[in-house]
Amino acid sequence: MEKKRRVITLLSIPSIWLLLFFVLPFTIMLLFSIRETTFSPIFPPTLSHYIEFLTTPVYLRLLLSSAWIAFVTAVITILLAYPLAYYLIFHGGKHRLALLSFLILPAWTSYLLRVLAWKVILGSNGIINTFLLSLGLIDEGMPIFLYSQSAVIITLVYVWIPYAALPIFSTLERIDIKLIEASQDLGASPLRTFLRVTLPLSTPGLVSAFFFVFIPSLGEWVTPSLVGGADGIMYGNLVQTQFLRGLNWPMGTVMSTVLLLIVSVFTMLFNRHVTMKEMSALA
Amino acid sequence: MKQLKWLGPFYYSLLALFLYLPILFLILFSFNDSVVLTFPLKGFTIRWYQQLLQTPELLAAFRNTLWVAVTSSFFATLLGAMAAIAISRYTFWGKRLFSSVATFPIVIPYLVLGVALLLFFNAIGIPLNLWTVGIGHVVINLPYAMLIIGARLAGFSANLEEASMDLGETYWGTLRRVTIPIIMPSLIAAFLSSFSTSFDEFALTFFLTGTKTTLPIYLYSQLRFPQRLPLAITVAAVVIVISSLLLILSEWLRHWGEKAYKA
Repeated sequence: MEKKRRVITLLSIPSIWLLLFFVLPFTIMLLFSIRETTFSPIFPPTLSHYIEFLTTPVYLRLLLSSAWIAFVTAVITILLAYPLAYYLIFHGGKHRLALLSFLILPAWTSYLLRVLAWKVILGSNGIINTFLLSLGLIDEGMPIFLYSQSAVIITLVYVWIPYAALPIFSTLERIDIKLIEASQDLGASPLRTFLRVTLPLSTPGLVSAFFFVFIPSLGEWVTPSLVGGADGIMYGNLVQTQFLRGLNWPMGTVMSTVLLLIVSVFTMLFNRHVTMKEMSALA
Repeated sequence: MKQLKWLGPFYYSLLALFLYLPILFLILFSFNDSVVLTFPLKGFTIRWYQQLLQTPELLAAFRNTLWVAVTSSFFATLLGAMAAIAISRYTFWGKRLFSSVATFPIVIPYLVLGVALLLFFNAIGIPLNLWTVGIGHVVINLPYAMLIIGARLAGFSANLEEASMDLGETYWGTLRRVTIPIIMPSLIAAFLSSFSTSFDEFALTFFLTGTKTTLPIYLYSQLRFPQRLPLAITVAAVVIVISSLLLILSEWLRHWGEKAYKA
């Protein structure tokens, strides 16, 4: 009984907090997505906004192209992060954790500012352009990469590399080195050992890394608004616009709910492989 | 394989360059004596930093940011600690559900959370202000605080707490005199990590802010004016240096705390 009272005391405030400011807002969002207009009552509910969403090609097209951007970002990020984690675990020595932390540090400083940095670098008066100008490779400044899908992908990859390295690092760390030695002792080439032993054993880390890059990238709106231009616009920008300009709150609500549903489905699918703990700590 | 030994360090350096260079550029250009951000540099100046101190909106935004960050981090740490203690020390009905809900904000895009909270505040008639921003920041920082503190709690034996109670201290006295001192490094780490997140959070804040701006919001609004870019970059440099220092401190505290009680 005494223990029960302690648990209730400890949990009551966090639980109320989560219900009030996390569960309730999402419930409201779901309810609002089925009402007629911003000012109409919830009853009778209507699916008209969902139908509009599904029958207006621009929404789905944007969702698909954003999913594509997020997918490409996740793949490139993992391809860059994996060798890093691999090198640190198997050849990084006892300072490997410090070496990893050093790379993660910039990722934990301002997200907006790191995107801004890329805007400065990629812009027509930016660092890449002025550099090429000074070499005489181009005649006038042009936004080579800025305001395109590539700019969005480059910037997102930059933002996410450390986050992808983290889960890969911790799964590689858990691999029993004896398994790799056994494979080599039995005559497998290093490549074969990697493909048949190390890589399969690091799948959980790869899955987590993919998840933690893909999901936030899918809901991204700040990066495309700064470096994407018309070509690099993403689903999130459209959602944000519906609210910002007061244009269409019901549609914005539906779009946001759709994104929430996608994320929830993904989370349920990946739930067994993804450990939240890995994201909270450096090790 | 031997001849490829340089490849690892080379790759590491390349990534380090890729990750650090953009930030170093920002810091470099904050000292550059020119309105346009191009090479070659035009000479050293601290006038952007002086201008920073003479821009009242900026200072107001800084104060607002500081207030939101301190308040929201305090509550995130407090709630995170309560939840972490309950989860790591007790079994109770609905524990799994509670942990899932409490960590779920980690995977939700800030855009979606921003929309949901905006609709919520709108529905219950709370006008957007710094409090609504702060509430949003507690929601996103709570899971991280909980995990950081939970890791620390898992790192020392509950025997210490039981010993204290066997010796006659009450449960809450034990919490105050045994548990909290032991987990103190993680409490500070959770606070600092929340603080640095809150200090430069933008994607969520954008939806929840009223007439009072925070530093990232102010910065974003300035990006539309090319001639104000150097000042924006100077703000960026300051924010980056402050949050890096806080993060180093928070990491150090966490590892120091873990080491101290490992024995």
